[in-house]
Amino acid sequence: MESFYSRYRNALVLITVLMVQVVGLAVQVRRPGPNPSDKGSVRLIRSWVVGLVSPPERLLRSSGHGFRSMWMNYVDLIHVRQHNRDLKSQLDHLRLEEESLAEDARQGQRLQALLGFQEKYIYKTVAAQVIGTSGTEQSKVLLIDKGSRDGLKPDMPVITPDGIVGKTRDVFGHTAQVLEISDPTSGAGVILEKTRIRGVLRGDSWGHPEIVNISPDERIQKGDTVVTSGGDAIYPRGLAVGSVQKVVPDPDGTLVNVMIKPAADLARLEEVLIITSTGSVMPAQMQDDLSQAAEAEQKASDVLAERLPSRVDPNAASGQPQDTSSLRAPPPPQALHPDRFSPSDSEPATDMVPGQRLAPAEASASVSPPSPQTAPPPDERPAAAAPLKPKPSAARPLARSVPLRTQQANPPTAKNPSTDQPRTHEPARPPAGEGTPPSTPPNPQGGA
Amino acid sequence: MVLLASSRREVGARSFPWLIYILVPLLALGLQSLVSLHFPSFDLIDLPLLITIYYGISRREPITATLVGALIGIAQDALTHNPLGVFGISKAVVGYMAASLGVRVDTENHGTRLLLTFGFTLAQTGILFLLERHMLGQPFAWHGIHEVVRALANALLGVVLFALLDLSRSREG
Repeated sequence: MESFYSRYRNALVLITVLMVQVVGLAVQVRRPGPNPSDKGSVRLIRSWVVGLVSPPERLLRSSGHGFRSMWMNYVDLIHVRQHNRDLKSQLDHLRLEEESLAEDARQGQRLQALLGFQEKYIYKTVAAQVIGTSGTEQSKVLLIDKGSRDGLKPDMPVITPDGIVGKTRDVFGHTAQVLEISDPTSGAGVILEKTRIRGVLRGDSWGHPEIVNISPDERIQKGDTVVTSGGDAIYPRGLAVGSVQKVVPDPDGTLVNVMIKPAADLARLEEVLIITSTGSVMPAQMQDDLSQAAEAEQKASDVLAERLPSRVDPNAASGQPQDTSSLRAPPPPQALHPDRFSPSDSEPATDMVPGQRLAPAEASASVSPPSPQTAPPPDERPAAAAPLKPKPSAARPLARSVPLRTQQANPPTAKNPSTDQPRTHEPARPPAGEGTPPSTPPNPQGGA
Repeated sequence: MVLLASSRREVGARSFPWLIYILVPLLALGLQSLVSLHFPSFDLIDLPLLITIYYGISRREPITATLVGALIGIAQDALTHNPLGVFGISKAVVGYMAASLGVRVDTENHGTRLLLTFGFTLAQTGILFLLERHMLGQPFAWHGIHEVVRALANALLGVVLFALLDLSRSREG
């Protein structure tokens, strides 16, 4: 026995070490719960290792930050004035945008309140610095310098102003691990902003985020914006995720995967924000911002109204009714070549009698292509039509309708040569492509 | 037969100050974590693996190399979201193989080191593939060309790193 042990000592140690770790793996993956963070001794080992590795990283990070800060604040000040001017103009532009968006936001709130939607607002965030990564291709994990003592818990969303980054996984005292959205084991509920197609975002084997297993849709275009859907109960709804890069077929079936270009630069993260508190009521700061935007919008409209020309006498005493006759629209200019549409040649609409319009209309019928059965003889033209000389093109709609009405009011009888029975004249059909279908009932009042 | 150990000098085990056994792996883990943050392509390199290989081929004691590899691997696991033991198992096997081969081949030769590191890097990826894909059921894709490039990059860096680490060791009889 002793010789066996001494002979195979190395192999036995190897097998023992491997067996212990295999059993440890089996215990860890035995019961995956809803909370992915580790429990007990495993968490303790992680905490020890992170505690050993993170202080030098924190030190290097802070020293590098100090050097860079010194360089940026005291040495590299070229173009600062120009940069300041650019930022000011950008700020003005953003203020204008904010004014226009504030009304949309208020309207959205009203509609959401009507529909009973539960909007999640971000109440509180904790800023953290990224001090390390997992260092392996298989695991897209970041290490940040804030932990449970700063209010962090597992499964809190981690974002940047550009877009989402991931969620916290294991949280220790002063540090925490962040699982990026590009990790194959991550998951985030997302929605395509334009097409409203929902899906699950996760990383592929190369570490690129993609929306997996969605139905092929031709409306999905490159550049479409992707935002969080809020369906995963981790990320608040509407946070930027990225844009569509390309659509690739899923190798396992007929579905497709949509490759996403993340809005946040996951390869160069320095500071991140951890959302530690959300709620369904708009925070006070946001309400203040909206009210300020509304006031600014009101001021802008007042300034615009002052600049526009006004017929109201500014010297008139306030509170007294002004003479509104001066506010009437000026009469239209006199036409050089008056026709029947010229205001000066036609009577006011209030003086018109229903039936008087027949006269000019019938007159216009004389210029339409005469039908041997429908066109009245020239001597039957009413006298009222004399002053009107409509152009054929202008009179064409009326020229169609007037003979119809005339024929139906006095239907002439004729004999069908084939049946020798009296028949009613069918209305003359307009030429093909000229509009009124034959089935349209005629208007006895003479309206076109 | 150039690669085979032919003299007592070549098979003599090397020892290191005990502080080196602790500081170098920690430094490797820290550098791996920090440099990858600023240079994402650096995650091609596996510094803890190189340290494991170096201890294996230098000490030439399979038991020590197995334990050192397992500990370094578990520490590397702790920085990821993987269950503890994935890198631990793979690096324990690599450490054992490196120590076993270190007795038989001339590990002072740079060419030998290059080939060994190339092979061990591929071996570790193969073990990781088996563990993650077939044992844990996690997504793990094998990209052939990429793995060869990764192994080559690790081998080239390993030759330089091993030469630097040689400065810290003391020869045993």
